[in-house]
Amino acid sequence: MATEVTTARQAPPTRRRARGLSYNAKWAIGFAIAAFVVFALYQWFLPNANANVQSFFNDWAPMSVLDECMVWMICALGLNVVVGYAGLLDLGYVAFWAIGGYIAGWFFSDFVFGVSWSFFGSARPGEPGIHVNFLLVLLIAAGFAALAGVMIGAPTLRLKSDYLALVTLGFGEITSQVFRNGDDIFGHNLDNGTRGITPLDPIKIFGFRLGPFDLTYQFLVMVFLVAVVVFVSLRLRHGRLGRAWLAIREDELAASMMGVPLMRTKLAAYGVGAVAGGLGGVAFAAHINAVIPDRFDFSISITLLAMVVLGGMGNVWGVMVGALVLAWINANGLKQFGTTFNSSFHTNINFPSYNFGLFGLILVLMMLFRREGLIPEARTKLLLREPDRAMLEAHGAEVDEVEP
Amino acid sequence: MSQAAVEETVPLALSAEAVTVIFGGLVAVNDVSFTIPQGSIVSLIGPNGAGKTTFFNVLTGLYRPTTGRVMFGNRDITGMAPHKIAGGGLARTFQNIRLFGLMTAEENVMVAMHSHMKAGIFSTVLTTPRQRREERAALEAADDLLEFVGIGHVAGEYARNLSYGDQRRLEVARALALKPTVLLLDEPTAGMNPQESGQFVDFVNRVRHEKQVSVLLIEHDMSVVMSASERITVLDRGEKIAEGPPDVIKSDQRVIEAYLGKSGAEASGA
Repeated sequence: MATEVTTARQAPPTRRRARGLSYNAKWAIGFAIAAFVVFALYQWFLPNANANVQSFFNDWAPMSVLDECMVWMICALGLNVVVGYAGLLDLGYVAFWAIGGYIAGWFFSDFVFGVSWSFFGSARPGEPGIHVNFLLVLLIAAGFAALAGVMIGAPTLRLKSDYLALVTLGFGEITSQVFRNGDDIFGHNLDNGTRGITPLDPIKIFGFRLGPFDLTYQFLVMVFLVAVVVFVSLRLRHGRLGRAWLAIREDELAASMMGVPLMRTKLAAYGVGAVAGGLGGVAFAAHINAVIPDRFDFSISITLLAMVVLGGMGNVWGVMVGALVLAWINANGLKQFGTTFNSSFHTNINFPSYNFGLFGLILVLMMLFRREGLIPEARTKLLLREPDRAMLEAHGAEVDEVEP
Repeated sequence: MSQAAVEETVPLALSAEAVTVIFGGLVAVNDVSFTIPQGSIVSLIGPNGAGKTTFFNVLTGLYRPTTGRVMFGNRDITGMAPHKIAGGGLARTFQNIRLFGLMTAEENVMVAMHSHMKAGIFSTVLTTPRQRREERAALEAADDLLEFVGIGHVAGEYARNLSYGDQRRLEVARALALKPTVLLLDEPTAGMNPQESGQFVDFVNRVRHEKQVSVLLIEHDMSVVMSASERITVLDRGEKIAEGPPDVIKSDQRVIEAYLGKSGAEASGA
């Protein structure tokens, strides 16, 4: 033990002491400014801009697509807690999105027959169904999703890595199949089955009603939800739970030997991740004004996972960028690129049908050239880019050591 | 545990009573009883495959003994979940270092404080004053522990970048963060040269006195075992073949046989 490290890399930017609270304030302000700029652009600038500018934005980034991107962002951030923070591979995350959606369907529309119940809701008095205020629906969905996360997690989280992935995949499929066939559950119509639930109530927040076409204001709601999920992710990361997640990701056995309850800690990750899924589900349902079971299939889980991996597992900013890029390509970018390409080269290629091919290509390229993601987390980058000390020494490197 | 045994000795920090572990048809540990008196350093030795690690894993809750029980203080911890045993104050280090490589030394230590901290999801998200106090206290305690084991200057380093000796020390610091009453060290001097091993013995003694822990050492290095421990238990093929102070063990015929083989023992003239 006569050796001391003197100048090994002074690593961690994650130490709280150095950065204090200002980091939270900084990102919050930056985030708010960015959101406001986008809002102002679409709300005030575009309607008065000339036709070319208008059609450009309409073609390449209409507000509805941005709203959808925000939903993806919320869900990807939730999945990031499970996959990126705690290192649990979850292939059935779409289940929570679906649960959030159906909570909105039940508590936020005239679907439920035989009752006419409004709780600060936005429906006209006397309309059938349960009409709960949008903010409360979000809370209910968060609660149910967390509950579902714990219920799905309790039996599955005893498994490890590949097995966990397979079982979560199964649970995701079960959930969506149950909703798909929910029009006849022992004679009860739970959710209209494949027809889905539509229309939903307009969003009403503090007496301010949003119709289905108030997309820019919807955008503000989505941005707020994204901010909430980011805030929760960042805060948890630096606390007792975040450390335990990291420890489990690193070495499960050692973590349990250091007093970290594996089951509870993993369930917490699942629960927190599920809450984001639930919020995303409600937001999405409100955005498309419907809950349709076809939107809850396996490919959603995979796409979300791709967003997390592309952006940089464990880094919220990376995941947000990953979600934005892939969601945009999926919803609008590829289609628009196809239209432009076809009209300028007089071809007739159906670009959107190649989107999974493109995703695959992106992922393969990422794995080859930038495995840590677009905006990697410092630790992942270290893991992938720098050999550890044992490795360096095994190759005969002198790692600055001096006699004390 | 017989009543008489308790009365005549110092209180026991930990005791295993007639522990047997059977994997399929293999008897890994056979009817081994073992105690750690409070404040002592005892060792468990034996040739490879003697069942030391299996026994160790029974103590820490990783395996459930087929028969027998483990008392920690006066609590029966047989078959308890590992994290509960650890949180109760039975800490261990690992033979092949198992630090959280991508966490800093400080964070490594703080992870082990998990069971002594209370902050949940909501208080962490809201950073309540209590949560902030707790975090600050944990950080200070972690820095103190790192200073104590002599690696305070690398508190902010990722564990994977520490030198081998520092990693060993960090493992001890991390184990001490559990505020243990018993510290189990699994071959802590593996890979150290004689000089480092000697320093380590002094270090373990210091830990025992200043942190008031009892220590169980599993060790291959005989010089370490003989100089550090007050009592040595020898396992061979899952059975306890000898127990006693170092001087007695050194000349025990069965122990020499177990290590050198029968003919080897004869050849050595013992």
